[in-house]
Amino acid sequence: MQEELIVIKGINDGLLIALSTTEKWQMVTDHLAARIDEKADFFAGANITVQLGTRPVPKYELSSLKALLERRGLTLSRVQSESETTRQSATSLQVATVNIGAREAPAPMPQETAPVNPEETGTYGTLFRRTLRSGRTIHSEGHIVVYGDVNPGAKVIAAGDIIIWGKLRGYVHAGAMGDESAVVCALDMSPSQLRIAGHLVTSPPDKRKKVIPEVAYVRDNQIIVEARD
Amino acid sequence: MAGKVVTISSGKGGVGKTTATANLGISLASLGKKVVVIDADIGLRNLDVIMGLENRIVYDLVDIVEGRSKLRQSMIKHKKFEDLFLIPAAQTRDKMAVSPQDMVKLTDELREEHDFILIDSPAGIERGFRNALEPADEVLIVTNPEVSAVRDADRITGLIEAAEKGPGRLILNRIKPELVKKGEMLSSDDVVDILGLAIIGIIPEDELVLSASNSGVPVTLNTDSKAGMAFNNVARRLIGEDVPFMNLADDAGFFRRLARLFEGW
Repeated sequence: MQEELIVIKGINDGLLIALSTTEKWQMVTDHLAARIDEKADFFAGANITVQLGTRPVPKYELSSLKALLERRGLTLSRVQSESETTRQSATSLQVATVNIGAREAPAPMPQETAPVNPEETGTYGTLFRRTLRSGRTIHSEGHIVVYGDVNPGAKVIAAGDIIIWGKLRGYVHAGAMGDESAVVCALDMSPSQLRIAGHLVTSPPDKRKKVIPEVAYVRDNQIIVEARD
Repeated sequence: MAGKVVTISSGKGGVGKTTATANLGISLASLGKKVVVIDADIGLRNLDVIMGLENRIVYDLVDIVEGRSKLRQSMIKHKKFEDLFLIPAAQTRDKMAVSPQDMVKLTDELREEHDFILIDSPAGIERGFRNALEPADEVLIVTNPEVSAVRDADRITGLIEAAEKGPGRLILNRIKPELVKKGEMLSSDDVVDILGLAIIGIIPEDELVLSASNSGVPVTLNTDSKAGMAFNNVARRLIGEDVPFMNLADDAGFFRRLARLFEGW
């Protein structure tokens, strides 16, 4: 299997982007720019950690990568690298660095870039065991489970499914990379906005009914919200 | 003596932080506690005005931090309470003149001789808020029963939790029982439902608060005021007393009429 040029996954404070260590730098960064532009919603405002492996990246290259991200409203907050040259470049650009050896680094999973399909590959997700308050945004290239509430003003964006074991009142976007089979589940479903892939719904105002767990999914090009009791 | 630092914050402006700070300061002092209130809203000071101490200011918070005055010199004693002091904010500087570490150093010194150090946080989530948060042992979050105020309270609650100063307790200010009853105002239950915080006080809307603030005699000193009583209750809960929440609808005048209208509130 051909090595993926870039692999993106959600981490605690933003997104981790692992760049190929062997392909031409220009090609890799062009590809990254295209990926970001294509899925601007998914990336919006994220903190980016870039994983560069063993590739020595000179300052001008890293600086252009930083500029590329910043032009798209993203912040390059950390560089993970095994190369001394790369770390020096990062330091001179005042970007935090982490020296991660290849074995400690989370192994890039090539299948991640394809839409997540739970049946075939087994999938991964991120668990947040707290209430997400206004202003907090979480991303994942896998699924997201929140054990707590998602308050108005908080955002949850996942390439896969989103499960809220609590009250959902904020913004959620499941299947953010285009997967229309993604679902959103919540114990109390009243999101300010709910998106699945390219579809969007808002909650009807003043939904004063009995609170029951619900699931949202896409059928016939629209989002259906259905009770699960 | 190891005093306790309590920061009063809100996120949104104009919800009653400064009024709450002034009233809690006075209530705690009237309960026999030694209290210092600090106005951390540098550049936009007004705690001194509400406490009626504006014309006594000689030195301010920035003077202390920058070494132009001794701590003692800068503490303004309240007209009525021997053990209540104010450290005013500077009017001419901005929030960057003080760092969070300066506030920790200052409050550590004050802890030795006082029971409570109340810090009136500025609105917003920037440096001024950080200054007020850093030394806090406990944070009281003031909010109004309005969606925008609750949203901001939620935002700063997240920041307070991230700074490991949480969870904080809630002062719900300017509740109008008659509007809650009609479903036109968020109730305390609605607010708690969103924020998931414990309530330390519910302060009813009270016209006396405005005139009290304008005259520099905080409303707690007025025994006729419902809001004043509610602030006194917050102070008593702060020192660990178990005070039941008052029924906002069963008092004389206006509130009695309300009670007749809305039985069982």
